[in-house]
Amino acid sequence: MKAAGKVLGYGLSNLLRNWWVLGYGLLFFLLTDALFRFGGGGPRVVASLMNVVLIVIPLVSVVFGTLYFSNSREFIELLLAQPVGRPALFTGLYFGLALPLAAAFALGVAIPAVGHGGADLVRPVATLIIAGALLTFVFTSVAFLAGVHFEDRAKGLGFALLVWFCSAVLYDGLILFVAMVFRDYPLESALLGLTVLNPVDLARVLLLLTLDAAALMGYTGAVFERFFGTPLGIAAAGGALLLWTVVPFLLGLRGFNRKDF
Amino acid sequence: MNAPLVVSGLRKQFGKLRALEGIDMTLDAGQVTAVVGPNAAGKSTLIKCVLGLVRPDAGSIAVLGEAVGADPHYRRFIGYMPQSARFPDNLTGDEVLALLGDLRGGEAPHDGTLRASLGLTAETLARPVRTLSGGTRQKLSAIIALRHDPQVLILDEPTAGLDPLTSSHLKELVRQRAASGTAVLLTSHVMAEVEELADALVYLVDGRVRFRGSLDELRLKTGQRRVEHAVAQLMREVA
Repeated sequence: MKAAGKVLGYGLSNLLRNWWVLGYGLLFFLLTDALFRFGGGGPRVVASLMNVVLIVIPLVSVVFGTLYFSNSREFIELLLAQPVGRPALFTGLYFGLALPLAAAFALGVAIPAVGHGGADLVRPVATLIIAGALLTFVFTSVAFLAGVHFEDRAKGLGFALLVWFCSAVLYDGLILFVAMVFRDYPLESALLGLTVLNPVDLARVLLLLTLDAAALMGYTGAVFERFFGTPLGIAAAGGALLLWTVVPFLLGLRGFNRKDF
Repeated sequence: MNAPLVVSGLRKQFGKLRALEGIDMTLDAGQVTAVVGPNAAGKSTLIKCVLGLVRPDAGSIAVLGEAVGADPHYRRFIGYMPQSARFPDNLTGDEVLALLGDLRGGEAPHDGTLRASLGLTAETLARPVRTLSGGTRQKLSAIIALRHDPQVLILDEPTAGLDPLTSSHLKELVRQRAASGTAVLLTSHVMAEVEELADALVYLVDGRVRFRGSLDELRLKTGQRRVEHAVAQLMREVA
């Protein structure tokens, strides 16, 4: 895994000079700063940021990741012609992209938050940063999976966008549909299960619970609070997000190991 | 002593397309072997199989006696120059060389000489790759292939995009490497280049070897003095 560290180091070096990554960090910096100045401050800022984070981070990670992988194809071939194993290369490339993206977001939010926020905001802002970083890792994994399995850049991007659309937009509609059709049945446990299956929803619920806004979700919110508020709930949520990172990563790695370039 | 490269019974199929059908070939030390053929003949697939980028369906490849497989160790013997060189945009030329050097390990004894021969100055190599011309990237790629003194050198259309002077310097470097015992596998559509560099020629069509031998044997077989005419004659015969 020494080779993975070397590829990761040069990946970081390349992307930390990339205007898109710098612009991405700057976007969060300006947005967070503006919300603290004009958005009323406190948990409302975190709640507003949450809505941006849940849409923008998955979208940017999945699109940028897919294009990055597909644009690096010739360079990947050159690296594979060196005495370096495929697992090490894939791991180095993945973290070389996911880390700068997560760092750009984290710094973009953390710097203005430190400047404007008080001690009471440490927990919600930290949760927001952790949730955003995890979403970055999840959707970068999906992007690499798409990059490995689709030779055609447009098809890869299409697949990646479909995953984003289903998890960030369509899934809520599906849950609403289920809730409406089965409204006469006790659905809380089923909805809890469905939430755990979607990383975006999972991040949303975790953030709402941190902001003490679960009450807005009515009885379901109370069920969620009772579940996610316990160590078991936190472990289940954390485990599910981790699975969402690891499973697409491993599927991508499996495809990368077997791929004909 | 093991031959630098031995390919035996190599087969590869992509879906319904048979890319390679039982390729046998051996590269000897100090010999330049040109692999030529029409488009989609299987030249790139053959090179990619040797590099481990494509997994063959059957057959075997050995580089200096080490079987080509999941263990990437054998690639330390190989220098590879692809047809088109793409590197991470924001890294400088020096950083690209450092990354490839780090991954490869060991000495790069000819680094300074190569930079000088190919006209890559310290100033050029300090610039981000995105600002370098296609020809300069190709020179960078040539340095990467040659700097570790490989025992097998694989050159895929090496002079494409190079100016005549650099092209001539690169060919001279290839000749020097061959004279010092490196086995060279060359693909090119420029038959004058093949005539200038190669000792032997393998002619592929539809994934099959249709001719394998020295350039003199090729001339004798086709009755043509120039390699370009001889290969054209082979193409006509196969068609």
